[in-house]
Amino acid sequence: MNKRTAERRWILFFISPALAVVFVIILLPLFMSLFNSLFSWKQLIRQDFIGLENFRKVFFTEPYKTRFFNALKNNGLWFIITMLIQNVGGLLIGYFLSRRVWAHEFYKRVIFIPVLFSIVAVGFLWSLYLRPNGLVNGFLKIVGLPQLTRAWLGDESIATFSIIFVNIWRWIGFPSLVFLAAIDNVPMDCLEAAWLDGATDRRVFFKVILPLIVPSILIITVLTIIGSLNVFEQIYTMAGLDGAPNFSTDTIGTLFYRTAFGSVDSGNPEIGIGSAIGVIIYLLTFLASVASIVGLGKKEVEL
Amino acid sequence: MKKAKWLFALAIAVLMALPLAAQKTELTFWTWRPEDTEKYEKLLATFEKQNPGITVKISAFKNTEYNTILSAALSGGSGPDVFQSRAYGGLETFAQSGYMESLEKWVPELKNFNKDVLRGATSVKDGKVYGVPFASQTLFVFYNKQIYKELGLKVPETWDEFLANCAAVKKAGYQPLANGGKEGWTLEVMMGSLCPNFYGANDFYDAVVAGKTTFQDPRFVSAIAKLKELTPYMPDLYMGVSYTDMQSAFINETAAHFIGGSFEAGYFASQNPKLDFDVFPGPTAKKGDPHYVSIYADGNFSMNAASKQKETAAKLLKFFAGKETGDFFIRELQQVSAVPGADTSASPYITKVLSFQKYSTPYIFLVGFRYNQPTGSTLIQAALQGFLAGKIDAAEVCKQVQEGIATYYEPFKKK
Repeated sequence: MNKRTAERRWILFFISPALAVVFVIILLPLFMSLFNSLFSWKQLIRQDFIGLENFRKVFFTEPYKTRFFNALKNNGLWFIITMLIQNVGGLLIGYFLSRRVWAHEFYKRVIFIPVLFSIVAVGFLWSLYLRPNGLVNGFLKIVGLPQLTRAWLGDESIATFSIIFVNIWRWIGFPSLVFLAAIDNVPMDCLEAAWLDGATDRRVFFKVILPLIVPSILIITVLTIIGSLNVFEQIYTMAGLDGAPNFSTDTIGTLFYRTAFGSVDSGNPEIGIGSAIGVIIYLLTFLASVASIVGLGKKEVEL
Repeated sequence: MKKAKWLFALAIAVLMALPLAAQKTELTFWTWRPEDTEKYEKLLATFEKQNPGITVKISAFKNTEYNTILSAALSGGSGPDVFQSRAYGGLETFAQSGYMESLEKWVPELKNFNKDVLRGATSVKDGKVYGVPFASQTLFVFYNKQIYKELGLKVPETWDEFLANCAAVKKAGYQPLANGGKEGWTLEVMMGSLCPNFYGANDFYDAVVAGKTTFQDPRFVSAIAKLKELTPYMPDLYMGVSYTDMQSAFINETAAHFIGGSFEAGYFASQNPKLDFDVFPGPTAKKGDPHYVSIYADGNFSMNAASKQKETAAKLLKFFAGKETGDFFIRELQQVSAVPGADTSASPYITKVLSFQKYSTPYIFLVGFRYNQPTGSTLIQAALQGFLAGKIDAAEVCKQVQEGIATYYEPFKKK
C-alpha cells in the first residue's frame, strides 16, 4: 500500500513539468479565449458579459455569417480534395513502394523530402513558381500548352485548388510512408495463402491488404480532418490574410486571425468575435478527435 | 562605529549618484520601419544633442506584426514611451482602449497642422488629437519619362488621352500598366487614384459620409465601371500579378505606368537610380477640369498613456512636430512631411506632390469607413477583385460595399 502511494508520487513528480506546460500553453489560453468570447469588446478592452451573443453573430448575422460559412466551405474543400488525392495517392505510392519496385529506396526518400520543408518556405517558393510569368506557366508554354496558363493564385475559381495542390505536394510523403509501414506489417502468411489460392494482385490488395491497414487509414483520415480545420500558414504565405482574391481562399484559420487581430491593410480587431471563431475551431477539432478515438478503439477490437 | 561610517559613505555615494541618474533619462521609441532605423538614429541624435541627458532607444518591428506586438505590450502595461501609431481606424483602436495620451496640452504646435492630415490623428469618438502626424500620402499615376520621350507622348489630361497613351505604349511593345490584382489593396489604391474625378471627389465624399447618398449612387457606380476600361492595358493574367511584380515591372522599365501612391518614389529611386520617372494626377473626363487626388495621413507619433516620463516624452513629440523632423522626412525618407513649413526645395518631386494637394479629397474608404468590421477597405478590395476578374459588374461591387457598411454605419441605417 505504502509502496503504491510512493510510486504514485513519483509518477506525479515526473509528469508534473509536462502537465504544467500543457496547462499554461494549451489549456489556459483555451479557457481564456472561451472566456473572452462571452464578452463584448471595445477595441482592446473587455467590456460586458453578453453570453453567447458573439456565437450568434458568427452563425446568424451578416456580415459574419457569409464570411464564416464561406471559410468553412473552403475547409471542407481542403478535406475532400486532400482525402481524394493526397491520401489515395499516398496509399498507391505506399503500395508500390512495398512491392519493392525498381529503386524504391530512392523514391521513398525523394517523396518524403518535401515533408521536411518548412511550410512558409514552400508557400513562398511556390507562390513564385505560380506567378503569371513563373515556372509553371513557363513550363506550360515550353511544352506547347500556352492555352493552359492561368493566374494560378489570382483566379478565384482555381486559387484554392492551387494552394491545396502545393500542400499535397509537400505532404504526400507522410501518408505514403505510413501506408508503406502498414502494408509491410501485413503478415506474410496471409499474403502467401492468398497467392497460393491463385488470387490476383488486385484482389489481394482489395480483399487482404486494405482491410488489414484500416487503422492506419483511420489515423490518416483523422489527421487530415484536423489538418484541414487548421489550415492557415499555406493561405497566409500564398494568398495573404484576406483570403484573396475576393475571399475565395479564406479558411476559418485566416478568418479567425483577421477578425481577432485585424489586418494592417483593411481592418480593426474584433476580439470577441475572433475568440468565438477560435472556440468553434477548437470544438470542431475536438469532435473530430473524439470520433477518431472511438472509431479507432472499435477497429482494434476487430483485428 | 565602523558600520556607521560605512553607512555614511554609502549615503553620500547614493546622494551623489542620484542627480546623475536623474540627468540621464532614457526614452523608448518604437517604429514599424526596420528599413529606416539607421536614418531615425541620425534624426534622434540631433534630438539628443539638443536635449542633453535624454537618450532615445529605438526598437523596430516588422510592419505586418507591429500592431499585434504593440497591443500586447500596451495591454500588458509596458510598451514604449513614444511610438509610431497608425492613422484613422488604427488610431481609434489604441486611443479608445486608453493606451494613448491626448496631446493638445503637450504639443501646442499641432494647431498649425493641415486639418485634413490632422484628421488621421484625431479620434472620431471624442474628437481629441492622439498623435503628431508624420506624413501624408497622395495617390496618382507614375510614368516612365524615357518611354514617353521615345514614343513622343504627352502627359495625359483627360481619361481618353490616358487610354490613347496606353494604347500607343502597348503598340510599341511595352507594358502600358504595371498594376495587377493579386493583392486587393493595390486595387483600392487604383480606385483611389483614378475614381475621385469621376464620382465627384469631395461632393460625393461629404454626401456619403453624411448618409445623404449611398455607394450605389450612379456617380460612384460609373466611376468604378471606368476601371474595367483599363484591363486591356494591364499585364497578362493580371489577377495573378502581385505588388512586388508590379514594382519590379516599373523599376525594370518594362511597364510605362504605375498607378500608386507617393510612398513608392523612395523605393523606385533606390532600386533603379537610372529610372527617369515623373507623376501626374488622375485624368479627368473633360479638359480643364481640376484634377483631384486622394490623400490620407500615413501615421503619427503617439505617447503611451502609461508612460512614467511624460514630460520627457513630450519633448520628443514636440521635436517630431518641429521643422527638423519635417525636413528630415523630405530629405532622408522622401516622404511628404506633415509638418507645416517644412523645406521642400530639396525635392522637386515632393514640391510637385504638394502642388497636387491643392485639389485633394480624402482617400474615401480609409478615411471615412475603416472604423468597424467589415471595413470599407475590406469590402471594396474583395469586390474589386471580383469585378476585374469579370465575376461581378460595377453595380454589384457598389451593392456589396453598401450592404457591408450598412450593417454598422448609422447614417446608412436610417435609409
